[in-house]
Amino acid sequence: MKKLLAGSALAVIAMSGAAAAQEGTSACLITKTETNPFFVKMREGAEAKAAELGITLNAYAGREDGDHESQVQAIETCIANGASGILIAASDTAAIVDSVQAARDAGLLVIALDTPLNPIDAADATFATDNFQAGLLIGQWAAATLGDATADAKIAFLDLDVSQPTVDVLRDQGFMQGFGIDTKDAAVIGDEDDPRIVGHDVTQGNEEGGRRAMENLLATNPDINVVYTINEPSAAGAYQALQAIGRESDVLIVSVDGGCPGVQNVQDGVIGATSQQYPLQMAALGVEAIAQFAADGTLPEPTEGKDFYDTGVALVTGAPVDGVESISVEEGLELCWG
Amino acid sequence: MSGTDNFEAVVKERRTEAVAEFHEDKTLIKRFQHALHSAPSLVPLIVLMVSILLFAGLVGTRFFSAATLTLILQQVQLVGIVAAAQTLVIMTAGIDLSVGAIAVLSSVVMGQFAFRYGIPVPLAVLCGLGVGTALGTINGWLVAVMKLPPFIVTLGTWQIILATNFLYSANETIRAQDIEDRAPLLQFFASTFKIGADENGRGGATFTFGVIFMILLIAVLSYALRSTAWGRHVYAVGDDPDAAQLSGVNVRGTLISVYALSGLICAFAGWALIGRIGSVSPTSGAELNIQSITAVVIGGISLFGGRGSIWGALFGALIVGVFSLGLRLLGVDPQWTFFFIGLLIIVAVAVDQWIRKVAA
Repeated sequence: MKKLLAGSALAVIAMSGAAAAQEGTSACLITKTETNPFFVKMREGAEAKAAELGITLNAYAGREDGDHESQVQAIETCIANGASGILIAASDTAAIVDSVQAARDAGLLVIALDTPLNPIDAADATFATDNFQAGLLIGQWAAATLGDATADAKIAFLDLDVSQPTVDVLRDQGFMQGFGIDTKDAAVIGDEDDPRIVGHDVTQGNEEGGRRAMENLLATNPDINVVYTINEPSAAGAYQALQAIGRESDVLIVSVDGGCPGVQNVQDGVIGATSQQYPLQMAALGVEAIAQFAADGTLPEPTEGKDFYDTGVALVTGAPVDGVESISVEEGLELCWG
Repeated sequence: MSGTDNFEAVVKERRTEAVAEFHEDKTLIKRFQHALHSAPSLVPLIVLMVSILLFAGLVGTRFFSAATLTLILQQVQLVGIVAAAQTLVIMTAGIDLSVGAIAVLSSVVMGQFAFRYGIPVPLAVLCGLGVGTALGTINGWLVAVMKLPPFIVTLGTWQIILATNFLYSANETIRAQDIEDRAPLLQFFASTFKIGADENGRGGATFTFGVIFMILLIAVLSYALRSTAWGRHVYAVGDDPDAAQLSGVNVRGTLISVYALSGLICAFAGWALIGRIGSVSPTSGAELNIQSITAVVIGGISLFGGRGSIWGALFGALIVGVFSLGLRLLGVDPQWTFFFIGLLIIVAVAVDQWIRKVAA
């Protein structure tokens, strides 16, 4: 992980050299909503970097998660404004493709942030968290923490949504691989037959859903001792359900995100470990790539061996284990968002 | 002349031919239809009992245990409380799409007032309840005084309240651990008492204060609707506002009071929401409006107003809860839950239409 951040830092230095002070260059940032702290942080990162490089940044957002129409309008506005490039966290990764193509035809550089488009090569580049890696890390950590007890663990999976969005599948299946469960088809949740899996339920990524899903799975099997959660709010909900039956201290909860309340929950022992992602980094790198493109037409390169630019993920835990690289809670709190 | 003007005699004489009259078929089905007409919450109660027995048979004791059955109560408490508010509005032939948003904003106000401004917690709770009531009153004023359709009014206020919620809270969560330390009163509805638990406090029937509040609330509202002048006015306004007006009912005042009370109940739901999830989270409760309408419809309350029992809404919420948990225990794909809930909604409305055909 540290290696990866260092690599990014090198790239930053290389890019900013060429991209210094470009008058009249402008970039667009289009996020899903203005209300999610994740995207607020993304916008902060983009604004800071744009100010540093002396380019103009216009930020747009949908009104709510899934608001596709506003994002299309934002792209049209950016083309009309003569922007050099667009950074977009797409709400509808397949439907947005036509609008993105129109922008690319008009000579703009389009970078997908956080979520790859469908297909991924519809954008010039993708700057995102490796969500499979995020799941893998917490899976490995959970397995190493349990030690010999891994063989007869009882695992609950608290996923996002019945529609199985990409991020849901990647994190869930990443956890399984890290824990040592045969994932069968890695593009599908629920086709596994490992007896250690108690079940999957969906949470909508919030506290109420997390609590309900945990209660449902505990009713199926009260001996659950490992809980994978899609994000930290659902982990907090799961903890409430465990607390209600007095089992909060003997169950291992792992999660993904790295928001500040989530990292504090790691500190308080609510969550055992969480994989932290870096929205600020995503946006800052994206702005640099656009500045570079405007200066000399260089296209950003994907991370070696992947079809996107990996903006890094780090395991945050207060109880590090051998063989799984992690950062401390204090470091996690410094880097957290929201 | 005497032949044509003999009206008096016709009236005085007993008419010999038979007059057209209603023939009541006293078949079993007709009697049943009549029973349902006079006790509208009977259908959802029967469906609830049948579904509990069904899942008890399919799943066994994992489902049919005190712990699981009271867990269902805990899971439906929020929908149940909000459905009580929704019932009041629907009784007046209205609809309230803003219920979930009011609940969430009220919970955020309680949390932020206590944590951001350091207001004493009881006062912060009162402020939250006040905000809920005020928002409900605005809905009621727009419906009753401005004469706007309830669907449109609450479609608008739903968006406004939700946006306010996100803007005001900056979508920041107040963590459960912080609330436990500094403002435990916010988690009041999470307090529990158990019956028949083992020495570790596991198993047995668990009742949270939220569940008890829900049941008390519905009992009180049921009494008020049945046995107070206000309650009869609510039914009258829902059945036919013009006739109610002509009979001397203050239609405007009744409508505003219904929406205001609905807002207050939603604010209590917001308080119960904090108890349920431990934390104050602006993203929770987003689907409460649809869930509460679902419960009300399955509970046999007529969307055209003026008919139905508030107990039906509770039974409706419980039916959904039983199906959700029962199907999960069977290990079925969660999509099937929505499939069956959809089916139940349509069946419920069809049954409602059939009952309406009764000659009362």
